[in-house]
Amino acid sequence: MFFPISNTHINPIYLVVVGFVIGILGGFFGVGGSFIAGPALRLMGVDWNYAVGTDLAHIVGKSIVAARQHRTLGNVDFKLGLYMALGTIAGAECGAQLIQALKRAGNVNSVVSYVAISVYFSISAFMLWESRKTLQSGRGRSQSGLVKGAESKKDRSAFSPVTRNIQRLKIWPMITLPTSGIRISLWTILLVAFVGGVFSGFLGGGAGYIRMPSMVYVLGIPTHLAVGTDLFEIVISASYGTISHAIKGNVDILIALVMHTGAVIGAQIGAVATQYFAGPKIRLAFVPLPLIGAAIVIYTLMTGHKL
Amino acid sequence: MKKQEAKSLRAFVIELAIYSVLVTVYFFLVLHLLGEWLYHLEAQHRYTYAVVALLLIAGQAVALDAVTTLLFRLLRGRWR
Repeated sequence: MFFPISNTHINPIYLVVVGFVIGILGGFFGVGGSFIAGPALRLMGVDWNYAVGTDLAHIVGKSIVAARQHRTLGNVDFKLGLYMALGTIAGAECGAQLIQALKRAGNVNSVVSYVAISVYFSISAFMLWESRKTLQSGRGRSQSGLVKGAESKKDRSAFSPVTRNIQRLKIWPMITLPTSGIRISLWTILLVAFVGGVFSGFLGGGAGYIRMPSMVYVLGIPTHLAVGTDLFEIVISASYGTISHAIKGNVDILIALVMHTGAVIGAQIGAVATQYFAGPKIRLAFVPLPLIGAAIVIYTLMTGHKL
Repeated sequence: MKKQEAKSLRAFVIELAIYSVLVTVYFFLVLHLLGEWLYHLEAQHRYTYAVVALLLIAGQAVALDAVTTLLFRLLRGRWR
């Protein structure tokens, strides 16, 4: 099938299968899956700028479906998602400016690659340690700071003492989130979202691999709610990114539409599957995802071949 | 329990088959018709293209989600 906007020939079945796989990951973990979609499009000869922009457009569609599924399961905190979207958009702009500064300095590829590898390995190592410790402890301690209303989504974490200390920071204005069952400073929420946004602008994609763990460990949101709320937040921030990239001529919407037909089914399967797994098990299963991203970056560094 | 799982799986496979047919028709009709128009829009009116692109992907998400949910509900009801 010929896609005139990006001037490429791609088998639509390939796009549907890639979309399906990313859909499952997105529905289950609340991530955009850009670490797979970008290289997958690149493999078919799509230029990097189109791969990045088109992936964002596809993420919007996939996240709408997955977020709708999570909403029916009661896994979306809309209030938290809206606050986070503000921080993410601001952070994404800062991340993009950082890239521009590195471009001018002439070392953007090496700096971004080393930062990406460090971040991906750190997240995987930390989540492996935490989820295994939580599963081994088996004492079933509930997650810290939960107030009434979030009992059904109660979660436990070995990192709870640190999360509790963060929630104790009384910096005005304090926000009550009945769906997530926490009361926390608005600045903490904005800071977490901003950091996620910086990584999104700096490393590309939706940066769900940073935001989802941050929501669990820093804000103390139960894992199921973190996944659903992250997806809702991605809808807003990826829409902004899609508009921005489309204006710059980086979006082939026809490719995104075809990929998305596979993602619809995948996202529904992923979202429903979260019901059958406890929070620590979802976090443990998340561990290989950042490592896949790290492996791709190491491969491009070692071979000099851009996937 | 196993009987219930088998019914769910059968409903899902049928849903997938019907969905595949619908998607194939969608490729050849809608994308073929839209392709040329979107190509010119992207080349000549970038801002309009950006808004149309977002509306298309969001509209497709809502429409396909509704189709799959409806299919799944109908098939589950039929096999129950």
